[in-house]
Amino acid sequence: MPIIVDRDKCTGCETCISVCPFDAIKIRDDGKAFINEYCQACMACLSACPEGAIIEIKEEGAPISYQPSDYKGVWVFAEQREGSIAHVSLELLGAGRKLADELKTELSAVLFGATEKDANELIKWEADKVYHSGNAIFEKFNDEPYSRLLVNLIKEHKPSIVLAGATPIGRSFIPRVAARLRTGLTADCTSLAIDKDTGNLLQVRPAFGGNIMATILCPNHRPQIATVRPRVMKRGEYNPEKRGEIVPVNTGNLTSRTRVIETIKEASGCKVNLQEADIIVAGGRGLGDVKGFNLLFELAEVLGGTVGASRAAVDEGWIQYSHQVGQTGKTVCPKIYIACGISGAVQHLVGMQSSDIIIAINKNPEAPIFNVATYGIVGDLYEALPLLIKKLKEAKG
Amino acid sequence: MNIVVCIKQVPDSAEVRINPETNTLIRDGVPTIINPYDMHAIEAGLQIKEMTKGKVTVITMGPPQAESALREAISMGSDDAVLLSDRAFAGADTWATAFTISKAIAKIGADIIICGKQAIDGDTAQVGPEMAEFLDIPHIAYIRKIEDIKPDSIKVQRMMDEGYDIVESSLPVLLTVVKELNQPRLPSLKGKMSAKKAEIKKLGDKELEIDEKDTGLKGSPTQVKNIFAPEARSERKILAGNIEEQVNQLAEELKQLKCL
Repeated sequence: MPIIVDRDKCTGCETCISVCPFDAIKIRDDGKAFINEYCQACMACLSACPEGAIIEIKEEGAPISYQPSDYKGVWVFAEQREGSIAHVSLELLGAGRKLADELKTELSAVLFGATEKDANELIKWEADKVYHSGNAIFEKFNDEPYSRLLVNLIKEHKPSIVLAGATPIGRSFIPRVAARLRTGLTADCTSLAIDKDTGNLLQVRPAFGGNIMATILCPNHRPQIATVRPRVMKRGEYNPEKRGEIVPVNTGNLTSRTRVIETIKEASGCKVNLQEADIIVAGGRGLGDVKGFNLLFELAEVLGGTVGASRAAVDEGWIQYSHQVGQTGKTVCPKIYIACGISGAVQHLVGMQSSDIIIAINKNPEAPIFNVATYGIVGDLYEALPLLIKKLKEAKG
Repeated sequence: MNIVVCIKQVPDSAEVRINPETNTLIRDGVPTIINPYDMHAIEAGLQIKEMTKGKVTVITMGPPQAESALREAISMGSDDAVLLSDRAFAGADTWATAFTISKAIAKIGADIIICGKQAIDGDTAQVGPEMAEFLDIPHIAYIRKIEDIKPDSIKVQRMMDEGYDIVESSLPVLLTVVKELNQPRLPSLKGKMSAKKAEIKKLGDKELEIDEKDTGLKGSPTQVKNIFAPEARSERKILAGNIEEQVNQLAEELKQLKCL
């Protein structure tokens, strides 16, 4: 263990217990602090201890398992669904371009399925190179062929960084890739940067439902792999003049023990996809009734937006799960998010707090949603919304 | 059918917060619970057990006090419980955690392994699929319905962004489940009695024959560099007056933003 308690110095003051994010410190029967298995070596307790009784034992971490100079380049796994490129892939190319420029290296996309024309589009979205396989096995998503081929490509070409979308697909098969390559994987990153001194990737992600942010490193293994939530990074520049190389990938003999029998789309009842929408009008328990959503749909219609919901409203059965925003629903990043009757539990906030402008309408002036709101209206939404709809309709003429 | 359910004891995340002034964690009296998604995994295991006359083993890795989570799972109807607890396991990231638990599952033997889709403290959703890779078996993530189970195959509904897929897999398989799958049952009185008496099997790194360099902090490719409180939003415009006046101001602002 790298963090231990100097039992001679420990006074049992319990200061360390309150600073530990991982609940890893307990006072034992002898009145001394003890660090248990939950310790993540985050070092938060070291500076907190007034006695200097918590110390770090310098111990070698995992030995460096690679030749640093062998690993070069930034890769983006470009996800396609039903043959069309997912929006998150373009966001990752935007983020990957910046990282590659800073490292003075190449940005490559990896595309399984779709067509060479799509691969060409990825180049215009700033990729220098696209590894593409149009093999029919990738038409539907199965974890084994996806992970097997990506592992093979990484072993052959040795990228330093690999980024993928934190989507149902990325979050499902990328862990297999990291497990097989014996390297680190950081989930759901919200920001990525290069450490100026070491060149390592600094991966920032929320933990404990967004109450804490943590910076994660993968210093001794390559590649450094991260998944990034959709709508967190900004899309890159589209350059129709950009030229690059498409590298056809030989898939070899891929097999899958899972098989997709059928893909069923569920109509969301909205013209606009929640994660693509510029304006979202969302409702929570404060609507009090399924009928409240009629008002929200009307407002969304006027604004040309779409309708979201908190988990409470979905649990009440007022609206389908596909509208849910938050930790267990979708992360959204619209230009304007209008929260109606949503109190703002952290699980909801993590799904929408990076929206450009947040408008909150709530009866309770103490509701936490007002802490993140750009504009707040304290009052009855059944009074405010019809007025707002009327005003906006007038303004539209 | 041998069913193994992986669970994790977690702090009730909604109650953990950072004090923005001191940058320290406020966690006074934060209770620990079985990770909510794992409750649905336990329920799924019990339902499959009842359908196939199988056996459910729950397994967790954590400090000795994680035993209480295992006893709770037994009170719901699980048959056996295994605790992986060892100082050598401390500080494990998802790679080292998945590696360690998969070694234990390989020892126990399983036809179906079930995990919650993610734990609410880390939210990574990585340990399940990583274990499947270590065990060299297929996995299906985000299961919302089990349609059919045969002695050598399973058919399920997998949640996707715009709907769901119906997916078939051979057994053994690892599944990660979402809350839409089922409603976890409450412990029975008989269950509570057996939970009290149940013997919890404890395994450490010696029993699992894991090299020190592949577990705990030493076996973890990722490291936590630092933690900090999320930034608060700064720009804020207060609307004043009665409801009508507030709405008028808001409509004005929306017009300014050219969103009409």
